[in-house]
Amino acid sequence: MDLRYSDVDEAFRARLREWLSSELPKLPEQPPRDDWSARRGWDTDWQRRLFDAGYAGINWPKEFGGQGATPSQHLVFLEETTRARAPYVGVNFVGLLHAGPTIIAEGTEAQKTDHLSKILRGDEVWCQGFSEPQAGSDLAAVRTKAVLDGDHYVVTGQKIWCSYGQIGDYGELLVRTDPDAPKHKGITWLMLPMDLPGIEIRPLKTVLGSSEFAELFLDEVRVPVSCRIGAENDGWRVTNVTLSFERGTAFVSEMVDALRLIDDLSPYVTDPAYRRELGHLAAEMDGIWALTKRNITQAARTGVMGPGSMMIKYAYSELRQRLGELSMKVLERDVLAVDAVGEFVEERLRTLALTIAAGTSQIQKNIIGERVLGLPKEPRP
Amino acid sequence: MNFDLTDDQVALRDGIRSHLEGRFSMERVREGFDRSMFDELSEAGVFSLRADGFSWADSVVVYEELGRACVPGPLVGSAGADAVVDVIEGRGGDAVWVEHLASLDRLLTIGDDGIREIPAASLVGAEADWPLDPLTPAHRVESLPAGELVGTASEASRLLNELTLLTAAQQVGLSAALVDMSVGYAMTREQFGRPIGSFQAVKHMCAEMAVKAEVARAAVQAAACIMDDPSTGDEMRSLHGAKIVAGEAAIMNGRTATQVYGGMGFTWEVDVHLYLKRAWILETRFGSADSHADAVAEILPPADRSQR
Ligand SMILES: Cc1cc2nc3c(=O)[nH]c(=O)nc-3n(C[C@H](O)[C@H](O)[C@H](O)COP(=O)(O)OP(=O)(O)OC[C@H]3O[C@@H](n4cnc5c(N)ncnc54)[C@H](O)[C@@H]3O)c2cc1C
Repeated sequence: MDLRYSDVDEAFRARLREWLSSELPKLPEQPPRDDWSARRGWDTDWQRRLFDAGYAGINWPKEFGGQGATPSQHLVFLEETTRARAPYVGVNFVGLLHAGPTIIAEGTEAQKTDHLSKILRGDEVWCQGFSEPQAGSDLAAVRTKAVLDGDHYVVTGQKIWCSYGQIGDYGELLVRTDPDAPKHKGITWLMLPMDLPGIEIRPLKTVLGSSEFAELFLDEVRVPVSCRIGAENDGWRVTNVTLSFERGTAFVSEMVDALRLIDDLSPYVTDPAYRRELGHLAAEMDGIWALTKRNITQAARTGVMGPGSMMIKYAYSELRQRLGELSMKVLERDVLAVDAVGEFVEERLRTLALTIAAGTSQIQKNIIGERVLGLPKEPRP
Repeated sequence: MNFDLTDDQVALRDGIRSHLEGRFSMERVREGFDRSMFDELSEAGVFSLRADGFSWADSVVVYEELGRACVPGPLVGSAGADAVVDVIEGRGGDAVWVEHLASLDRLLTIGDDGIREIPAASLVGAEADWPLDPLTPAHRVESLPAGELVGTASEASRLLNELTLLTAAQQVGLSAALVDMSVGYAMTREQFGRPIGSFQAVKHMCAEMAVKAEVARAAVQAAACIMDDPSTGDEMRSLHGAKIVAGEAAIMNGRTATQVYGGMGFTWEVDVHLYLKRAWILETRFGSADSHADAVAEILPPADRSQR
């Protein structure tokens, strides 16, 4: 057991650092937060730069255009890009961390050819249309219905909380193809081309005042059968494949970012009681970061995610809430203007969502209790 | 990087665990620490790990198991010694509580000027009638003898770091055992016609305990790896952090386990209180979570009054 990066890893780090220091100053100014087409342009421009420099899809297998980096190189990549304050994956999140890996795992050859390299180059942006007004935590309760008509599914229903919905080219779409089957057995996973007729996108305003996500209204949208990932009615299994990527490294850069935020906040923390609290939070974050390293090594060694992978999202997101509260206390009356001091108040607002999105903390604890500890499920009513 | 137990470490863990399960049942543990226990652990190699070529990463694996089994005694102080030794922070003249005085061969003190050695025979104090942990007898020594200087200040701080690490490893073991006990109870105890573990309130308590234990284990093992190879991280930050999260995990899991057990959790018969009491005591050794948190804060970028 060790935390040693090999010489090869360190050489990789040195090369990456050098590239970052020459590339980052060339980036154009960041667009305003509510100008989504500009944000798309900015985020995909960064993705293209990564692609051109040979860093796109760092942990994707080489045969699908990725870099096939070892887990430790992947960590180095995340550490270095976050420390250098390189752009976050942004609008490329769903494509790179969710849909792409799902296509790699479950897609046909044609689907791989059509999408993977475009995602890597920043030419194709994805959004996620899983949740519905009546299907949040209980995701398998999705009702959006899809009826087979020749070589198309005719899809009607409503999706909500669709991050990047207003600028996505494709959406991950869960639909009900068999209304009579038990709820987990009648779901199908489709790729939804967002420009099809019958799709209406209504941006939703978040607590930040901007529109990170949208509602989708689908009215007899004709989705080609060739857009189906996996078999008909096998979508719940595919969904679990998709969601498992969230237990991998999807949130790792958020964590390095939290470590950075702790450093950034520290100069403002003069009160000894608050400094002590910051010390506690830093220690916990270090522990969570260590657990992340554990998870990544375990997954690479055994191909199976260990128990820690089911815990990391809960641990991290709850810690982030506490860090946010500490920021608010430390800044005192400077919280009256979100942008008065640093990014702390904006981060406090943004991180309110972390214990809700991608499975609430309560759902995470159900998962830990049932799948890691083996406790009995609650009886179904 | 391989931040996971190696096959050898898994074997080491399983070996010591089965040894402890066989020889250190709770029945025996409840009889308290004595010389035979020391000899047996000594024979098993617990106190000579470093001399036998084991790393700090190996050592924390073993000490976690000692914590898991709730083995009492000055196990951390005796590491590397051929006698029953405890180590405390303090200096001549201090009024201190000494654990396991009757079993000790010597006491080491860690102070500003270095490590001092005090033969146990020269320690006098009244034994507490009612020790918090029935397995950790405590003596009040009103005036600590000065002892003889046996190590430099830098050796003292080295020793302090090592003992802090091993203590944190024991705390992880306590916290992990408390998870297992609680889950076991939650699966079998029934109320309202079903196992209490199927109630979400109970399930969530167990989940929180499991996360605490898992994060603490990662933190302690990371600190051990960094102690083995200081180029791989910030040694002091990781060590302070390990003691913080491990101490909190042990105490919080002790309290939560008490809750999961209901009234049984408040009884002498159920082992939970022994774990919680040990957790409270280990928290007092080699720096509390708060003192280590202050130390972590010192390592973070300094407060800048001009910012406020
Ligand atoms: C910023 C953000 C971005 C998002 N992006 C996307 C996206 O791109 N695509 C997408 O499909 N979805 C997205 N979501 C949706 C997200 O996955 C859901 O919000 C989440 O799963 C919770 O569902 P819900 O909002 O319906 O809340 P509900 O499920 O109604 O939950 C309400 C409360 O009840 C609790 N609760 C519910 N069921 C249980 C239970 N069984 N046990 C205990 N407590 C329970 C919850 O913990 C919560 O506290 C996003 C959400 C946010 C906040």
